[in-house]
Amino acid sequence: MADSRKHLDKTGEASSASEPVIENRRSFLGILLGLGSVCVGALLSVPLLRFSLFPLIRRTTELKPSTVGEFSEFSSAAEPIMRTIQIEQVDGWRKTVSEKAVYVTKNNQGKVSVLSSICPHLGCTIPWNKDKRQFICPCHGATFNSEGARLSGPSLRGMDLLESQVQDGQLLVRFQYFRQLVADREMAG
Amino acid sequence: MTSHQPNENAKFPEGQSGFWKWLNHRTGIDDVLKTALYEPIPGGARFAYIFGSGLLFIFISQVITGVFLALYYVPSADHAHTTVAYITKAVTAGSFLRSLHAYGASAMVVVLFLHLSQTFIYGSYKGKREILWLSGCVLFALVLGMAFTGYLLPWDQRAYFATAVGTNAASEIPLVGESLKLLMRGGTEMGTLTISRFFVAHVFLIPAFIFALVGSHIFLFRKAGAAGPVDEDPIEPKQQPELFYPRQVLMDLALTALLIVFLGLLSFFVPMQIGPPANPADAQYVPRPEWYYLPIFQWLKYWHGSAAIVGVLMIPTVLVLAVVALPFFDRSAERRPWKRPIAMSSYIFLVVALLGLGLRSGYVDRHDPSVAQQLAKQKTEEDEYARKPFEPELSSLSLAAANVALADPAAAKGKAIFEAQSCNACHGDAGVGTAAAPALVGIKAKYSAEQVENLFKHPTAKMTAGGMPPIDLPPDDLKALITYVRSLN
Ligand code: FES
Repeated sequence: MADSRKHLDKTGEASSASEPVIENRRSFLGILLGLGSVCVGALLSVPLLRFSLFPLIRRTTELKPSTVGEFSEFSSAAEPIMRTIQIEQVDGWRKTVSEKAVYVTKNNQGKVSVLSSICPHLGCTIPWNKDKRQFICPCHGATFNSEGARLSGPSLRGMDLLESQVQDGQLLVRFQYFRQLVADREMAG
Repeated sequence: MTSHQPNENAKFPEGQSGFWKWLNHRTGIDDVLKTALYEPIPGGARFAYIFGSGLLFIFISQVITGVFLALYYVPSADHAHTTVAYITKAVTAGSFLRSLHAYGASAMVVVLFLHLSQTFIYGSYKGKREILWLSGCVLFALVLGMAFTGYLLPWDQRAYFATAVGTNAASEIPLVGESLKLLMRGGTEMGTLTISRFFVAHVFLIPAFIFALVGSHIFLFRKAGAAGPVDEDPIEPKQQPELFYPRQVLMDLALTALLIVFLGLLSFFVPMQIGPPANPADAQYVPRPEWYYLPIFQWLKYWHGSAAIVGVLMIPTVLVLAVVALPFFDRSAERRPWKRPIAMSSYIFLVVALLGLGLRSGYVDRHDPSVAQQLAKQKTEEDEYARKPFEPELSSLSLAAANVALADPAAAKGKAIFEAQSCNACHGDAGVGTAAAPALVGIKAKYSAEQVENLFKHPTAKMTAGGMPPIDLPPDDLKALITYVRSLN
């Protein structure tokens, strides 16, 4: 490399006499440097990509399953039982804890399921009417049977079934909001 | 094509694709590259000249990592610490990038010192380079400003108290000190306004000035030309020049590679920690600034009361002025260090003094048992906090809801009645309102307890029409319900 210095005059211009040799060497070096920089740049951008693509790599928002209670206390129930559950919604670096009422109900075969207490019509909270053994919405009078199936009134569908599971004897439910005023269960948001 | 215009194709001789020719035709990139790379360096390439591009590299790296960190960071006293903890503990590669950014700041100070030293020792500020030197001085101040403002942003104990000391030091300046402190903090105390101010300075203001000044610094440097070795004439170089490309480029890249490897390994194996969140009420915390501020920190300890004006204002001002005005009073063309005894001894004195002050600070800390103990305790707390998994911040909404139930037993009872009576059926959980009935949130501002009670017992015609029944409850329950409804906000 030292010889390249000899071929410069005082103004720093390369003299043309031995041009091709130097230049080929230089352009080779240039390509090498260019390739090297691209490789190093690619390597350095790996953490940048992992950082910004974090939402693709891990869950950043999450609705945690909520505990409804001991499974055993529901399996023997004669009518729907209302329970207030704690819903933990993780949203990046923050979380929101809210409470919602749900119903635990049992069908003829004894299968336990969890219903949202939000009316599919316009969103009022539906109470269980013990005397009539029906869910009766106080707002516009929609009625549902003990399994949440639609009986009468303005609601276009039955009460919304929530995804539930039993884990270590605990009944867990994943709370969800559903669109109102539609015949089919559609997740909101 | 090399035959008629050899110089034109000096870098990209035959074999270059048509694409390059097309690109060059449209952009003139060949000329740009040539101007950038074919700068003559009198006396040839040297490792002594590598620090400027090293700084440029770190600056670019800081900009990139900084922009990415801003993807998750929130500048507010409520969220700053949580978001930095999130970056450090949860986000993939977050700890690494944050470490790169934090260690990059230290590397910047080190390389800046080396760059300045080289310029000083080589006398490269001489010979029509006054403005070049001035722009360098401003850049130096801006970099220190970046380090100072960035340090606060994680809002952990260390950051909070170091900045509290830093902004307090400003108030020692006579006359304007107190106002300066208020201005920096955005108030008498450090708080969320301080973060906003520091964030704006760190992310918008100072970087904008740095961009502008780096541009003019490089422009002025190219205009004056490289000064070359110490025995070279700084105005009309006589030594055999060598072009910047390739040898100097390679030497510069060697430093860049070294920085990448060093910072990368450091960030990977010894990632920057985040300590517990700032607790302004912690009266025991012993604040310590980042290492490059230790000499100033130690220096300020010696000046209190009436002497402060000398130590805090006069001596630093004289010193800064002397450095800034250097090329204006040091006019001789002599650049060889051994022929500049005053300049060189001043330099050595200053470096030894800074080093001594910094080391003294550490020494004092280690030999004061109570301080040493407290510092060790702080370190343990930091390590413990760093090991804990990330815990998301509870949103203020859920806090408010939880607090109502906790704070007032009457409200808690009212809440149970609200749900048992199916009030929430129409008015929504926590009275947020539904399609069937209005929200009750904020009702306290509109109605007194008596008015609410009256409305409960005798709903208006409009309320009745909407389906609101009169409420018939035992007095105690009614009171609890009213308390709860009025607590909703
Ligand atoms: S909201 Fe339930 S029937 Fe209208």
